[in-house]
Amino acid sequence: MNIVAVLLVLLAGVVLTFVSGNKLAKKSALFFSVLTLLSSICMLQGYLGGANVGAAIPWVSYPHISLSFKIDGLALAMVLLTTVLTPIIILTTWNKEIKNAKTLYSLILFMSLAMIGTFTSSDGLIYYIFWELSLIPIYFIILVWGNGEFEKRKKAVITFFIYTFAGSLFMLLSLIYLYTQAKSFSIDAWYSLKLPVETQYWVFAGFFLAYAIKIPIIPFHSWQASTYQKAPAYGTMLLSGIMLKMGLYSIIRWQLPVAPAAAECFKYILIGVSVAGVIYGSIITLKQRNIKRFLAYSSLAHVGLIAAGAYTLTVDGLRGAVLQMLAHGLVIVGLFYAADIIYKRLGTANIDEMGGIKAHAGKFSTAFIVLVLASVALPLTFNFIGEFTVLYSLLQVNLWFAVVGGLTIILGAFYMTRMFQHVMLGEASAKPFFDLTAGEILVFSLIIGLVILFGIYPQPLIELIDPAIKEIVKQIV
Amino acid sequence: MSLLLAVAFLGVLCLVLEILNIKKTIVPVVVIALLGLFGLTVNDLLTHGSFLDIVSLPGMLVFNNYAKAFSALFVLLTALILCLIPFCTRERTGHYTDYTAIILFLLSGAIAMVSFSNLSMFFIGLEVLSISLYLLPASNVKSRRSNEAGMKYFLMGSFASSLILFGVALIYGATGTFDISKIIEVSHSTTFPVWYSLGLTLILVGMLFKVSAAPFHFWAPDVYQGAPTIITTVMSTLVKVAAVATLYKLMDILVPTISGSSRIIIVVISILTMTIGNITAIKQTNIKRLLAYSGISHAGFMLMALLYLHQNSEILLYYTAAYSLAGVAAFSVVIAVCHAKGKQDMEMFSGLGKTNPLMAVVLTAAMFSMAGIPIFSGFMAKFFLFNEMLSIGETGLVVVGVLNSIVSVFYYFRIVNLMFTKEPDTSHVIKYPIEVAVVAVIAIALNILLGIYPSIITSLTI
Repeated sequence: MNIVAVLLVLLAGVVLTFVSGNKLAKKSALFFSVLTLLSSICMLQGYLGGANVGAAIPWVSYPHISLSFKIDGLALAMVLLTTVLTPIIILTTWNKEIKNAKTLYSLILFMSLAMIGTFTSSDGLIYYIFWELSLIPIYFIILVWGNGEFEKRKKAVITFFIYTFAGSLFMLLSLIYLYTQAKSFSIDAWYSLKLPVETQYWVFAGFFLAYAIKIPIIPFHSWQASTYQKAPAYGTMLLSGIMLKMGLYSIIRWQLPVAPAAAECFKYILIGVSVAGVIYGSIITLKQRNIKRFLAYSSLAHVGLIAAGAYTLTVDGLRGAVLQMLAHGLVIVGLFYAADIIYKRLGTANIDEMGGIKAHAGKFSTAFIVLVLASVALPLTFNFIGEFTVLYSLLQVNLWFAVVGGLTIILGAFYMTRMFQHVMLGEASAKPFFDLTAGEILVFSLIIGLVILFGIYPQPLIELIDPAIKEIVKQIV
Repeated sequence: MSLLLAVAFLGVLCLVLEILNIKKTIVPVVVIALLGLFGLTVNDLLTHGSFLDIVSLPGMLVFNNYAKAFSALFVLLTALILCLIPFCTRERTGHYTDYTAIILFLLSGAIAMVSFSNLSMFFIGLEVLSISLYLLPASNVKSRRSNEAGMKYFLMGSFASSLILFGVALIYGATGTFDISKIIEVSHSTTFPVWYSLGLTLILVGMLFKVSAAPFHFWAPDVYQGAPTIITTVMSTLVKVAAVATLYKLMDILVPTISGSSRIIIVVISILTMTIGNITAIKQTNIKRLLAYSGISHAGFMLMALLYLHQNSEILLYYTAAYSLAGVAAFSVVIAVCHAKGKQDMEMFSGLGKTNPLMAVVLTAAMFSMAGIPIFSGFMAKFFLFNEMLSIGETGLVVVGVLNSIVSVFYYFRIVNLMFTKEPDTSHVIKYPIEVAVVAVIAIALNILLGIYPSIITSLTI
């Protein structure tokens, strides 16, 4: 199965879902997202079997641009994350009443398409186009299907859009500059381009703005919490589960290898800023009373650690970052889903007004506690593997980075369990809280199953991503 | 040459059809004829043929690839805009023969402006265009604003025209000829007296006025606001594009190499135009003024093309095509909505996504294209321009361009936000005739087509 075929399946899904009308849209979207998952697994098999699953189709003759996709283990891991999460996210909407469903579901599939394109493209401009395209669906998803009153929502969504768009444009500058130097948009040509160190600084900075805003790394995070809060649950899941991984992935794929000298030079500052984000995120999280904002800031802390891992420029750091990206993607989707379930049943997102859910809903509380423990990186969960590897790589760079970064686990354990306590435990509340339905159980068991499976046996994933990471590190050093 | 004659003939034909009292046929006949001319011009361009050069006027007009390509764009834009004419004039007794004829004469002026080979022909073209434009904004006789717009444009425009004429005279004084091939010959060989540069500056100023570049842009918002919307469409798409193309051609001829100081002047004007246009647009609440300021900022981008004269004029063509097609699409929606609601506030777009999804989608796409978001040709246009600028080392200008693109998102997305989130003030579905929708959809489809296959234009050698 070729990557182009995977993208075409999704494109067909986008069109057919839109055409199928509001009633069938949900089913059609699920069908096509599962089909994409299957075809991406076929692609994985093809790749492991040594087949060429990439593609290069000439597009514009001057300036030379070609629709080229290059697949390696790293890209495949991200594609699989996207294709696994998309059907899960669609499943989470199963029982919802959604206005204008055909548009929403085709937007979700379209976003998935754009993100897969971003993860796999090996031509600078195509990469940029997919990167920007992924912004349009999420903009509309938040704007039209978001919650909260119109004026505030409008403000949040426009802040989000302008922030990310501004960052991307600076990345575009770097991309065009690289083109004028290499006379090509191909990533291989850029890898072999030996830029002078001073120019590398600027190119690096252009990339950094785009990624730091998307991830977000402090001090570029101010769009995040309000956007997550205003977005509908599935929008938040798309944003936090997959979209911010685009930034982290791009650091590894584009920023570091293209400007290695600058990466080496700014290494300590960047790790410092990222680790500072961990602490900052954790402390802010402690104060949050809105459960979605709470999860947004906790995610900020986790993502900071991933970025720190990527900026260590070591094999361990990159490997840990990638593993943690996948783990975080799965767990955060689960947590936001849990938050959404609580919000739907209790009608409030304020943590103080919750409590006593456990007494009513045993299954839900089990699922929730597993996710909470995974998010604080308990051993045997996938997050443990990722976070531990990242911390180990930080230790190689400097002991103190590891010590401070390690605080994320302690602080995380503190605020997550405290949140769990407030939300789930306590006296059984007067309000009834009915337990999980079959569909909800399916979603949670998929997520938890994957998190525990890879927590116990991460080897296949590590084997998949390692060759690609070693090649990138060879390029950097 | 035949193209010019054919367009002028169509203009006269309109008047004849009115006399014969079969004015219902005017718009269909003219539009079909224009589309035919468009096809012939494109055919000539692609095959390097000269089918349309049956009649030629050597020494006055030269239909090279540059002229053909831009004329084709003008003809296409006019054909699209003319489809909207009957709807726009319906309320005012339905007289549209004069409109159609004048717009056709304006088109012939525009064609002469990009295909001249003699400065006197350039001036004639410019005047044909300008005089048509003095009439059109004031054509809504009963509206004060319309009268004001016409008067303003006439006063300022005739002043600019006289500057240009004076400039042409000075250049004649310096070179002793109006013929552009001779001017190029002379300008490459000798040094000039000071009045050559003086003449050049005067022409530049006059043309910058027509382009509505800062600091000569003050007329644009008032005139755009006051003029009937259909005329605003003509001015902000066809006329702006024609003026930019002519300015590029003039500079191409008159400036052998763009030197240090003139480079700085162009960079400064480009930066000023972009920034003033964008910053002022943020605060606008009138949709036509907003589009006027957005057009000003786009003019700033187009002026960047003057920095790489003598090569890659395809990129200018691409930018102008992308901008004007998005403009036509946006204005057809504005026309439909303005006519239904009878006002020009941005608030009238509230909830358009619920009442008229098609119109809302078209306007959104047009706004996305103008903001420069991928797959719309506006993105590729900016990308090509930035690429060219970086390769000649204008990094500072590109950074300002990028910052401006960010600012522009503010006001383009404000409209989009209004359409999709706010509840409509009336639940009425806006009624508009099918041709408005057709024009809007065709324009935006062409825009997207160019965005997906930019090679259509960039592979032309013009």
